[in-house]
Amino acid sequence: MIYVTRRGEFSASHYYHNPALSAEENQRLFGKCNNPHGHGHNYTVEVTVGGEVDGRTGMVMDEKELKRVLEEAVLQSFDHKFLNMEVPVFRTLIPTTENIAVEVWKRLGPRLATGRLQRVRVYETPELYVDYFGE
Amino acid sequence: MIAELTRRYRFSAAHRLHNEALGEEENARLYGKCNNPYGHGHNYVLDVTVRGQIDEGTGMVMDLGLLDRIVNEQVLERFDHTHLNLDVAEFARLVPTTENLCLEIHHLLRERLAREASRATLRRIRLAETNSNFFEYEGEGASGGERRTKGDGS
Repeated sequence: MIYVTRRGEFSASHYYHNPALSAEENQRLFGKCNNPHGHGHNYTVEVTVGGEVDGRTGMVMDEKELKRVLEEAVLQSFDHKFLNMEVPVFRTLIPTTENIAVEVWKRLGPRLATGRLQRVRVYETPELYVDYFGE
Repeated sequence: MIAELTRRYRFSAAHRLHNEALGEEENARLYGKCNNPYGHGHNYVLDVTVRGQIDEGTGMVMDLGLLDRIVNEQVLERFDHTHLNLDVAEFARLVPTTENLCLEIHHLLRERLAREASRATLRRIRLAETNSNFFEYEGEGASGGERRTKGDGS
């Protein structure tokens, strides 16, 4: 098995708030991330696919295709958006880095051949990232 | 759903690689310029990875404030701006290679996380000594964090 990773970037704003909890509890849980006006990050997404090297092409998969899928399914709909307001799934789901990683997986998985997607890594900052393996 | 969260921390420290059980020539051969008796320093970069269920209420694997507090208290306050051999009791006899530092940090974090982070567990420690070398430790089996015998020189 060989792994291939493609990197993409998007810039977006978000805030953390759980409407089922009180204002005080939200503030305690989420701190400055609870500011309802939102705040922003430059996110980096790394998508890793795995497979055998094709004898004819010498490649695991068509890199152009992976780049196109990542751009169409994820980057175009997240880039320069307020995630809570403009990406429907995050109207009810808190757009934490964890939930963003799961959402990226849900969007890419069906567009890639079965079993191809191995890992989605989302960097919120260079100092903080989340890995999701489809578990 | 299970995810793994990695947070990066930094600390700076001095150390000297030297095993008292070996002769001067053997130490010089083994450790080269790292055996300099005056010591030398590094800017260490520590990546701490925790693994757990994404909590439905918060959308998070664990409270980042809690992770920061545990790493600060257990690791950064203990090691930052110290001479590891002289200021950290653990390394009075144990050679403070980055391997041994990894094992020690894993040990220091694993128990506190197990006690205070209700769902998340320590998945991995990655410690970079310079931009060109780094070490990873995931614990050994279920018990995790087996530590080396003091003064074994490895």
